[in-house]
Amino acid sequence: MSTATAYGEYETEWRRPTVFYNHTVKRLTYAGLIAFILWNVWSARVSPERLVYGFGQASALFGGMFPPDFGVSIGASGIETDRRFWRIYDGMLETLAMSIVATAVGVLLSIPIAVMAAENIAPRPVYYVGRAIVSFTRAMHELIVGIVLVVGFGFGALAGVIALVFATPGFFAKLLAEDLEDIDAESVDAIRATGATPLQVLVFGVLPQVLPRLVGLTVYRWDINLRASTILGVVGAGGIGAALTTSFDTYEYDFSMAILLTIIAFVLLGEAISAYTRRRVQ
Amino acid sequence: MGTVDADQSTSEATDRPGSATTERPKTWERYDGRTRLLRFLGLLGALVLVALSYQALNVRYDYVATAPENIRNLLGRMYPPDIAYSGAIVEPMIHTVNIAVVGTIFAILLALPVAYMGAENVTPNRGTYALGKFLIVATRSVHSIIYALIFVIIFGAGVLAGILAITFRSIGFIAKLLSEEIEEIDETAIEAVSATGANRLDVVIYGVVPQVKAAFVGISVYRWDINVREATVIGLVGAGGIGVELNNRISAFDWQAVLTILLAILVVVLVSEGLSAYARRKIR
Repeated sequence: MSTATAYGEYETEWRRPTVFYNHTVKRLTYAGLIAFILWNVWSARVSPERLVYGFGQASALFGGMFPPDFGVSIGASGIETDRRFWRIYDGMLETLAMSIVATAVGVLLSIPIAVMAAENIAPRPVYYVGRAIVSFTRAMHELIVGIVLVVGFGFGALAGVIALVFATPGFFAKLLAEDLEDIDAESVDAIRATGATPLQVLVFGVLPQVLPRLVGLTVYRWDINLRASTILGVVGAGGIGAALTTSFDTYEYDFSMAILLTIIAFVLLGEAISAYTRRRVQ
Repeated sequence: MGTVDADQSTSEATDRPGSATTERPKTWERYDGRTRLLRFLGLLGALVLVALSYQALNVRYDYVATAPENIRNLLGRMYPPDIAYSGAIVEPMIHTVNIAVVGTIFAILLALPVAYMGAENVTPNRGTYALGKFLIVATRSVHSIIYALIFVIIFGAGVLAGILAITFRSIGFIAKLLSEEIEEIDETAIEAVSATGANRLDVVIYGVVPQVKAAFVGISVYRWDINVREATVIGLVGAGGIGVELNNRISAFDWQAVLTILLAILVVVLVSEGLSAYARRKIR
């Protein structure tokens, strides 16, 4: 680094302080960042004619999307439903069921991992194993796990549920472990002083301190799982996503729009429920 | 634990017949009867919900029974990873990073005005506030893979569709966090700048921007790191990057190559996550 300016001579005019080591490092970082971005833009090689082509396609697509067709119509015998309605109904039911089952199983599996990944509770070697599990499950997107499992298990909700369960520790155990690290050590010591076994220390000293957070995180994870399970069907892992891809493949864009609106409605509802519950318990 | 004492004294004073506290008044009770009932009902409701959902899934038990065997089998076919194949995934991997970077840049540019409109304290009027909030909710509630499906139809398979999918998905995220940050700023600085006779743009540049700059960089870097992860999957529907290659290898049952790709994804995601965490620690 340029020690001459830093130590050898005094600066004669005020310069804005910087978070970087010094102003040279700052400029170099900015230059590097800009070069990196420009290289990315150049390397992506987006052709202008693609964009032009797209505008024609877009108008056809959005033209076909309206009005959305939910498969519900008012006929001679009152409200009539056709196969489209039932595809949305079945798909959404499966999506909901997947998200709930995956949350239950995923949370149960994540709790011991969270204990392992908490620095103040777990012994060193166990802590590293716990952190490794968290990092690994966080890095793998649930769709990637989903597509591999679909080939391994066959199409359907089971592959999707396992993919969601797999992805849960990366979120749940990580955040719970951070809360476990913040607990009050005195009450843990108090329980230990009574001669409690390590398990009793966990149940009576640690658990009461993180229980509200545990409930909040569970609901939060359900909300995320609901979002994820709407798209797992895209790779064949169950839920409404399968109906969405099929509708695009068969050019039924008005049906696609209906599915999209249903997904958005459920995702927003899930978010509202999760936000409300978390406000209540925390 | 003052509340516990209070609970105990009131329950002894009222002496409700049939409640748990009156039967065993000498024993310490953490919750009173009503809270316990509510907690029990909540737990019961959750269990019923899980049971019903499990039933709705119609899980095939023969699938579950053979699951461990299948997984072992799959892992056996994957190992060892095909090292010779790793040269072929360099280019799609670079495209994945390209998609994440360019998508994030576009998203930032589009999110800035949305965040400005969606922040209650600086937004010009009720209408712009509603529009800002609407854009945040609308773009956030659709997953990037769904955007990818749509943009692949519009622009054809390739990197462009991927970039736009990442862009649209990120607008709401960045704008939401940034507008929350803007709502937290010190109003007196805005007042001071306006008092000098500055126009709206000057107020933003000298009153708002310096206060949220650090948070803005943090949010952008954080979203970039999420986008690297998302960019690995949008290729599954043809929107460019490593996902396309992964999909091809899986369709070809080339499991050793699949493991190579999975390992490469793991490395790239962990490195970008590390970079992002480092940068965010630095600016805080």
